[in-house]
Order: sequence, then C-alpha cells, then structure tokens
Amino acid sequence: MSELTLTVMRLGFLAVLWLFVIVAVQVIRSDLFGTRVTQRGAARRGGQEARSQQRQQAAPPQQRRQEGGRGNNRQRRGAPTKLVVSEGTLTGTTVALQGQTISLGRAHDSTIVLDDDYASSRHARIYPDRDGQWIVEDLGSTNGTYLDRTRLTTPTPIPLGAPIRIGKTVIELRK
Amino acid sequence: MSSTTTTTTVGTIGAPSRRNTELAMLVFAVLIAVFAYINVGLAKEGSVPAGVLGYALGLGLLAGITHLVVRKWAPYADPLMLPIATLLNGLGLVFIWRLDQEPQITTKQLGGAMAPGQLMWSTLGVALFLGVLIFLKDHRVLQRYTYISMVVALVLLIAPIFFPAKFGARIWITIPGVGSLQPGEFAKIVIAIFFAGYLMVKRDALALASRRFMGLYLPRGRDLGPILVIWALSLMILVFETDLGTSLLFFGLFVIMLYVATERTSWIVFGLLLSAGGAVAVATFESHVQERVQNWLNPLQLINGGVTETAQAMYSFGSGGILGSGLGQGYSRLIGGIAPKSDYILATVGEEAGLAGVMAVLLLYGLLIERGIRTALAARDPFGKLLAIGLSGAFALQVFVVAGGVTGLIPLTGMTMPFLAQGGSSVIANWALVAILLRISDTARRPAPAPAPSTDAEMTQVVRP
Repeated sequence: MSELTLTVMRLGFLAVLWLFVIVAVQVIRSDLFGTRVTQRGAARRGGQEARSQQRQQAAPPQQRRQEGGRGNNRQRRGAPTKLVVSEGTLTGTTVALQGQTISLGRAHDSTIVLDDDYASSRHARIYPDRDGQWIVEDLGSTNGTYLDRTRLTTPTPIPLGAPIRIGKTVIELRK
Repeated sequence: MSSTTTTTTVGTIGAPSRRNTELAMLVFAVLIAVFAYINVGLAKEGSVPAGVLGYALGLGLLAGITHLVVRKWAPYADPLMLPIATLLNGLGLVFIWRLDQEPQITTKQLGGAMAPGQLMWSTLGVALFLGVLIFLKDHRVLQRYTYISMVVALVLLIAPIFFPAKFGARIWITIPGVGSLQPGEFAKIVIAIFFAGYLMVKRDALALASRRFMGLYLPRGRDLGPILVIWALSLMILVFETDLGTSLLFFGLFVIMLYVATERTSWIVFGLLLSAGGAVAVATFESHVQERVQNWLNPLQLINGGVTETAQAMYSFGSGGILGSGLGQGYSRLIGGIAPKSDYILATVGEEAGLAGVMAVLLLYGLLIERGIRTALAARDPFGKLLAIGLSGAFALQVFVVAGGVTGLIPLTGMTMPFLAQGGSSVIANWALVAILLRISDTARRPAPAPAPSTDAEMTQVVRP
C-alpha cells in the first residue's frame, strides 16, 4: 500500500475520532437549554409608541398606591405584587401588578391572552379599587369565572393566593 | 390603562427522547471502528482485510439491537453513553485484532489470537446489557438488596485469595476447563449498590454530627467506623491479593461516595491520609508492591531483559509522537507477553494514533463519565443519585488507575482499560455498568407525569365557545 494512502488514512482516522468527540460535545450542549423564557404581552399590543405611553400612564397609579400605602399601613402590608398563572397553557406567566387593570380573555387585546378553549374572548378583568384592594369581575363569560369554588356574580375582592379559575387556567395573586 | 412591562413565561421544553441522535451517533461510532479495521488491514497486509464485512455487520448488528432495546425499554435514556461505549469497544476489538497480527505475541503459549474471544465476550456483555435494561424496570429495586450486595461484594473480593496467583496478583477465579474471571470487575458494581444504599440511610449522621476545627468538620470517633472498616478491608486486599488497583478502586469509591453523600471535604482529607499511610505501610513489607513501585520510580533499571515494561510503554508513547505512526505500523509488540493486549493497550493506542489519538480516547472516557455524573445530578431520588455517582466514580477511578499506570504517573496495577483492553470479565461488567447508568438516566430524564386533573375542573369547562 502506498505511503500516501496510509498517511491520509492515519490523519483521517484522527480526524474522524475528533469529529466524534466534537459532535458528542455538541449533543451535550443541548442539555444546557432546559428551559425556555419567552417575552409575552407587550409585543402583542401595539408598537413602541403605545408601550411608552402605557408606561407613562402606569406610573401615576403606582405613586398613588404608595401614597395610599402610608395612610393605610396595615392593609398595604399584605398587598399582592404580582399575578401568577399557576395552571393551564400559560403556566409560569407572571404579570407585575402596578395599579393597572388586567383584562383576561381570548381577544388579542387582552392583557393576558388566554390560549384556552373554554375561555370567552372577553372573560374577566382584575383591577384595584380605590383602596388598592384587587377585585375580579366576570364580564359575562360563557363558562363563568370562579374564585376558588364559587362562581362570580358580582365584582369580588381577591384574597392573597386564592385560585381564580377560568376554563383550564388558574390564576393567583401573590406577594 | 393596561400595561404589562415585566411579563415573561418560564416553561420547560418538552424533553425530547433524543433516540434519533443516539442512532446517528451509533452509526458514526460503528463507521469509525470499521474504518480503523480497514486501516489496520491496509497497513499490515496491503489489502482490505477479509473479515471486514463480518466485523462491520457484527458490530452494526450489536449496535442496532442495543439501540432498538433502548428505544423500547429506556426511551428517555442518555443519548451519548451507548455510542461512546460502542466506539470504545469497537476500537478495542480493532486494536486487539491488530496485535493478533504480530506472530511474536500471538504464540500458543500466550493463548493465540484473542480478538475472536474478545468478540464473544463483547457479545456476552451486550447480552447482559440488554438483560439489565429489560429486566431492571426501576433502579430503586436495587435498594432492597443493600446488605445482600455487601455480602456478595465481600465474597467476590475475598474469593480470589483461594486461587493461585497469576502475573503476581491473586485477582482471578479459575474454574478448570471453563476459564478464569476477575470477580473484582463485578464487585465494583455490587459494592456501589451497597455504598449507595448504606450512605443514603446514614448520611445525616455522618454529615451533621461533627465538630469544626481549622475549617474542617471533624467527625465523631464512632462515625469514623465505616471508613476505617473499608480502609482495613482495602489494605487486606492489597496484602493478600497484592493488587493495588482493586484496593485503590474499592477505597477511592467509598471516599467519593462519602463526600458526595455528606458534602464534607474532611472525608476526602481523611481518605487521602489513610490511603497514603496504608500504601506506604504495606509497601515496606510486600515485595510485589515494592517491585511495582521500583519499576515506577526507576523504569530504566536493568531488569526484565534490559528495560521494564513501564519504560517500554513510555518508548511507545514517545515513538508515536503527536500524530502517531499510523494504525498497524507501531512496534508495541516489543513489550512482549500478553500485556500489550490487556494492561498496556493504551500504549499501542498512544504509539499508533499518537498524542492526538490518546487524547481523543481519554476524552471519550471523560465524556462517558460526565454523562454518568450528569445523570446523578438529574436523578430525582437520593439512591439513584448516589448509585450513578458511584458507578461513574468506579469507572473514572479505573480509567485513572490504568491510564496513570501506563503513562507512568502512578505505579502500574493490574487493571484493564474499560471496553478497550482484552479481558472478558471487564467488558461484561462494564456493559452492565453502562446499562444501570442508562436505566437511572431514563428515570431521571423522563418527563414528570402530568398532574391529575383538578376535581373541580368540570364546572369551569362546560361549553367550548
């Protein structure tokens, strides 16, 4: 066998051996990506302009809430700071509560767009009343909105950690 | 008045089973081994070896069957362990076959050609691998046999004392007419099961009851009991079986698992002190150990027909250089005896594939061990964690002891390079070890079952608008 062939095979063997190692490392690399973080919400509704406007609008209520907090300290201590989706297709989604109204439903302009076959397009809304207490109100949905196990008929204050059920989705307010 | 400035969703990607990745890697592994086989044939005889089709089909068939069984019985198992084990085993067969081509070391007295036998042992190993995967549905079953494992391991470790020594070490059980086997290879799996079951129960006592002194947690005297017993046993192996490798593996494995179970660095310090003290003490009176240490310190001493085997192995590495002499074109037959096929097979790899090849092979071992440790991290039950660490630790220690011995880092001991070296017990035991690791990784990577639907789900899901 010619010298050249053997040299080519010798280097070729080393090359494929290393290629195997490199491919194996590439396979391991995929282990690093165990979770997926996606930005939701803002991008769905309007462009940059709308968002910056919304920020400006959102700021005053926050200040107001803090001012109100000084006046009524006992109640403010237990105030929730975020809304968490704990079951359903959106599990893991959190929305910071900054005094804004949160609309829930399948409609694309909802704050939380529910990807849930059992939700109506405008299903419910969650908003703070004048004292900063968070209220959930059913908007005439087909399957109804449940706070824990009772179906809502009137706007109802939300206790911390109580599950709000909409179709397959469960939402909680947390500190 | 609606704004969601900080809205993110953190979800897990549905764990893919990665079986197709495994299949692709397996095909790649078989192709590399066949390529190496052809390369040796071309270099030695100038033509493609006659058995290449049989070898390719045989290895391909073994790989295919293992893959199908993994797909059926362990669908979420790690995708890399099987291809790496297959590649190492395939390369081992090629290197043994390549050394069989040297008439000087393939005489009748030395046992003749070894590749066919090794192929048979590999097949048996794969059969055991399949058996473990099919019949061991859940690794937690092994936890029930914690103390039975201890007894079995002790029997396996002590039995060779009653059989005659071979090559200066009593690590074989010889059954006349059938052959001989090294029980130590199987003992390492059984002992890992025992350590995992034992430490899972006792780790709190070993971790928490301690005083702090100079930054180290000093365990209470009575908690030192287990480590001292294991230490004494491993020294007894060293004295009566004169086998440094098994002794080191046995004690090192315990220290590793103790450290992982308790998270106390002090155990490592104690372990190192005890093993260093024990080794030095034994070396003062045991002639076989002294000889090995002498060969290690002075490899160029004029015994063994001019130079020691240690020196010859170093010459092999040196002659290989960076890129090696090419498969089938080295002179590792000069080491003599059957050592080049078993203990010193890494020297042949080093000479014919060079530093680049040895590094790749060591990286393959490293990747296999990394997958084992990754499995331990991902496992959800403490027994599975400890067992995975124990098995990959035993594998790692074995690779270290052999590779360190051949390259002259530590005194040489009679252990085999897993999968690569000639040796039936070794290849069978290591396939079983990989099977248990795959079983644990299947359990660990399997997606968690979906939570049971809430009892009051019906009322919110009446009409689908």
